[in-house]
Amino acid sequence: MSVLVDDDTRVVVQGITGGEGNFHAEQMIEYGTNVVAGAVPGKGGQEVHGVPVYDTVERAAREEDADASVVFVPPAFAADAIFEALDAPLDLAVAITEGVPVQDMARVKRAEKETDTYLIGPNCPGIITPEEAKLGILPGNIFASGNVGLVSRSGTLTYQVVDNLTDRGLGQSTAIGIGGDPIIGTDFVDALQLFEDDPDTDAVVMCGEIGGEDEEEAAAYIGEHMDTPVAGFIAGRTAPPGKRMGHAGAIVSGSGTGTAESKISALREAGARVGDTPEEVVDAIEELL
Amino acid sequence: MKLHEYQAKSVFADAGIPTPDSALASDVDAAVRAAEDIGFPVAIKAQVQVGGRGKAGGIELVEDSEEAREAAGRILGMDLKGLHVDRVLVEEAVDFVNELYVGVTMDRGEGEPVAMVSTRGGVNIEEVAEEDPDAIVREHVDPAFGMHPFQARKAVYEAGVERDVARDVASILQTLYELWDEKDGSDAEINPLMVTEDRDVIAADAVMNVDEDALFRHSDLQEMEEESASDDPLEQKADEYDFDYVRLDGNVGIIGNGAGLVMTTLDLVDHYGGDPANFLDVGGGAKAERIANALDMVFSDDNVDAVVFNIFGGITRGDEVARGINDALGEFDEIPKPVVVRLAGTNAAEGMEILNADLVQVEDTLEAAVQRAVENAQEVAQ
Repeated sequence: MSVLVDDDTRVVVQGITGGEGNFHAEQMIEYGTNVVAGAVPGKGGQEVHGVPVYDTVERAAREEDADASVVFVPPAFAADAIFEALDAPLDLAVAITEGVPVQDMARVKRAEKETDTYLIGPNCPGIITPEEAKLGILPGNIFASGNVGLVSRSGTLTYQVVDNLTDRGLGQSTAIGIGGDPIIGTDFVDALQLFEDDPDTDAVVMCGEIGGEDEEEAAAYIGEHMDTPVAGFIAGRTAPPGKRMGHAGAIVSGSGTGTAESKISALREAGARVGDTPEEVVDAIEELL
Repeated sequence: MKLHEYQAKSVFADAGIPTPDSALASDVDAAVRAAEDIGFPVAIKAQVQVGGRGKAGGIELVEDSEEAREAAGRILGMDLKGLHVDRVLVEEAVDFVNELYVGVTMDRGEGEPVAMVSTRGGVNIEEVAEEDPDAIVREHVDPAFGMHPFQARKAVYEAGVERDVARDVASILQTLYELWDEKDGSDAEINPLMVTEDRDVIAADAVMNVDEDALFRHSDLQEMEEESASDDPLEQKADEYDFDYVRLDGNVGIIGNGAGLVMTTLDLVDHYGGDPANFLDVGGGAKAERIANALDMVFSDDNVDAVVFNIFGGITRGDEVARGINDALGEFDEIPKPVVVRLAGTNAAEGMEILNADLVQVEDTLEAAVQRAVENAQEVAQ
């Protein structure tokens, strides 16, 4: 049916008393997500949207049997909040926060490698299994349940592609926004592996962008290990070298690594379809299914 | 954020890395006085954030006061690759026998810092990396521990640095790593790290780029940020409005929300035969005022002939966007440049109702909106 999250996922919202955390906790609950607790230091004992708040994630996990968290904590404290989720320990932590210092993320990544927790983000829209659970800020109304998996580095580009998919009657198994930062938890390869192992995902859309070599690694994985067909889109073909295009990670280096051309050709060589426009990606999925 | 050379050198010198005697000057008299104080020969170096300053005429070696006056007069006020030079660094010329390279950066693939040493300093290190990757020794650092001193020694010996200066070079690399770590650096580099006839080791250039997302915990760097602000008036305006903005050289102005979708809009403009003029991301949850500011930004770029506005609302609401567009365009008797709008997602229908259809052209899909804007730009340009 899905990967990582479903009806049974029990969610704690870190930062539920802040503006963003409060608003999106309510949206998640309305969508039907099983939000069981909030965690905010010093706010234990309060209640938000009918959900009990605890001082620590560990306490929330123990008392409410939570196994996943969504992090809406300001950038200066986000790394600490993720460490807390890893320590609890939870099965999944989804970090929405944008602007986490890169060196903080290097230390988080170092710790995450030694745990079994999946970290998604930071600087991401979250993860959704349509009609079951959404952990993050994705607009639930554009999604429909189905058999197309989606993984993307960008939030609004995800919405664009999902809207096109849903319009054509192509529902989604799970959509994962892995985030636009240089150092992230779950990467393309991790997500593709999850979709490959999911019996209910029959095709995968992968939306990459310039910067880094994650898409090239994903292409190698697709070529060697995947039976599930993949259609891709790479944003940033017109980006000049040395300029950061919004996302901290979206930059073509001065020496020319991280270009869209390199990613597109790697994907095509691995047997994936690559569209020039979001519509072409949806055309490809229609043909592949 | 990129520090100027003089800023990076002062950070390095404060940490104990040897740097040449130098002084900053913003007029010719001050430059000549500084040169006389330091003692000839000196280098006069333009303080602007571009690579290849030397080749472009921004660095000159001078032997006496007269030459110093001439060079400072020429370099101050010059236009270097589009940037105005208003400060020079006057610096003791170092007589070297050898040029090395040391650097620290984040290896994003590994998610770990990496320290680098090469005996092929003084040239573009990225070219060295491409031609002869083995000429650069890389040592990954566990971010939980920081760099162990043995790692600095290992990299230096492995790179083949001469034995009599190896200890000094290792100590400089160690200090450079610690600075990079303490200041939330993204890149820290010394190229060239010069070895003199007397076997002294000295940082002849200094690069320090820091993570803008970490500036909140570095008040010293925030002060430097003001001095290193961009000289491009449009980029200054973008800073003021707090937009992610990149100026390009086409004539189709682009406004959108979310980096990936804005990049995609740029790519589609190109795909349909147009030329993007800019990348402008209004970010998530933009209110009407921010939308109006975005239009103001794009209208103030003289290269722009037509505009496409593409919003897919998640946390951004279509009604706010429509209000912002109406407000911004309502100010004009005549709309200066044709604007195509496409709204989707949260409150898009409400937005469409609010949007004043006399002021803008509306399209339902991303592809149609981009095609129309490209046609508009082609018509205006003719």
